[in-house]
Amino acid sequence: MREELSAEQLSRTLKRLSHEIIEQSGDMTMIALVGIRTRGVGLAERLAVVIEGLTGARPPLGAIDVTLYRDDLDLEGGARRRLRKTDIPFSSAGKDIVLVDDVLFTGRTVRAALAALVNFGRPRRVQLAVAVDRGGRELPVRADFIGRNIVALPDEEVLVLLEESDGRDAIVVQDTPGFAKKHKPKEFKMPTAAPEDTP
Amino acid sequence: MMPEQYRRKDLLSIRDLSPGEILFLLDMTDSFREVNEREIKKVPSLRGKTVVNLFFEPSTRTRTSFEIAGKRLSADVINIAASVSSAQKGETLRDTARNIEAMSTDVVVVRHSASGAPAYLAGELNCGVVNAGDGCHEHPTQALLDLYTIREHKKEFDGLRVSIVGDIARSRVARSNIIALSKLGAEVMICGPRTMLPAEAESLGARVSTRVEEAIEWSDVLMTLRIQLEREAGAAFPSAREYAATFGINRKRLEGAKRDLLIMHPGPINRGVELSPDVADGPFSVILEQVEYGVACRMGILYLLAGQREEVDGGPETGGSPDGPAEARPESTEVRDAVAH
Repeated sequence: MREELSAEQLSRTLKRLSHEIIEQSGDMTMIALVGIRTRGVGLAERLAVVIEGLTGARPPLGAIDVTLYRDDLDLEGGARRRLRKTDIPFSSAGKDIVLVDDVLFTGRTVRAALAALVNFGRPRRVQLAVAVDRGGRELPVRADFIGRNIVALPDEEVLVLLEESDGRDAIVVQDTPGFAKKHKPKEFKMPTAAPEDTP
Repeated sequence: MMPEQYRRKDLLSIRDLSPGEILFLLDMTDSFREVNEREIKKVPSLRGKTVVNLFFEPSTRTRTSFEIAGKRLSADVINIAASVSSAQKGETLRDTARNIEAMSTDVVVVRHSASGAPAYLAGELNCGVVNAGDGCHEHPTQALLDLYTIREHKKEFDGLRVSIVGDIARSRVARSNIIALSKLGAEVMICGPRTMLPAEAESLGARVSTRVEEAIEWSDVLMTLRIQLEREAGAAFPSAREYAATFGINRKRLEGAKRDLLIMHPGPINRGVELSPDVADGPFSVILEQVEYGVACRMGILYLLAGQREEVDGGPETGGSPDGPAEARPESTEVRDAVAH
């Protein structure tokens, strides 16, 4: 396991991301942060605190669980992923939503999050903020705010650790044998028709 | 007790489940409740999956609940009522089910008058099977939604006093609930006329009472059961009126009750028999909550069973589950004979 970002560096990175979000926003009163469960929620809370320190107002916070919108239910353990609640305590209609996630990889989580988000109203704009972009996209997705670009091998897992859930703040890269395979989509097989179709 | 992953292919009975598995299913229910509170009550997770409701006994509530649950998950839901199907033409249960599976069904929800019919089908079919009530045996999803409703109000099961009033001997709802409540540490009392109490009452670990006033005073939760007037009037008890006079719950009888008593009923209610109308609609009643949570509970079960199908069939890509292959299934020859003719 190697440490890519220390607690101190992560804290500075989140400050920079907050500045960028404020700078990009035309109207801070329209901004709302929506964290993708699990780590994205913790990160969104951190960003909200920093933004409050800078602007004097804390943007509304939501949490989204994308489990039910994923496209890999049939892959190994699909339905065993722990399901948590989506909690968006405001109408997203007309808002500038900043989706927050820990690691941007294939882009599938973000696609699922966008599909989930439209069920809660029509935002004016949706942007994406991530702590880490590790490349390896399988969908046309990009982030608007990126904490750190990290190059990792296919079998390496990039983890964002947060004090409240993991005991310390850091971004680490860890060897996880089978990680690449887990993400590989299953080969699609055409169903074979019965030789003689009886009526 | 900690929740533990549900890894089974089917949901056949509460007796099969560990306390941890029951808690896991209650937590799933909690997660799915949020979907039912949204403006757009639909998620795409079971898109392209097929759920068949195969009902050999009449049912409105349970069938509708499963149907809504499947549709909110975007599954295609087909209802088959045996009275209009090939069962009338003499097709065996096994043939009916195998034909349904041949149409690439992912989950079959079965209600049947023969105890053990769902377990028999689970052994015959590769797809998931949910027991939606079999004979006098079990009705596991009803017990799960009842437990969830209780937990919402009482938080803990340990030491909780639950009494079940009515026709215990012939009630699959009572059986599933007695087993589930005992597994989670609640104390259970059953109450009804002697003709409606099971011979093996004590072996289920329940207290027995024939005085409804005693059950009311003792209880934190009072589960009332539907009296099956169409089947039993004149056999197990003289008349509906006499049952109501002796065991019906009315406001006067509730004078000795705890202030935070919960009154439950699996529906449909015979108003004025099991419950007087003012009690059924009164402050203790959580009957409509039961119905509401039932949809979330069944969403969780359909999601788990439909999502695990591939794994059970073809095996996962990276090794099997640590518990080995799908759990052993009951293969009682008695059941085979009973349902396969």
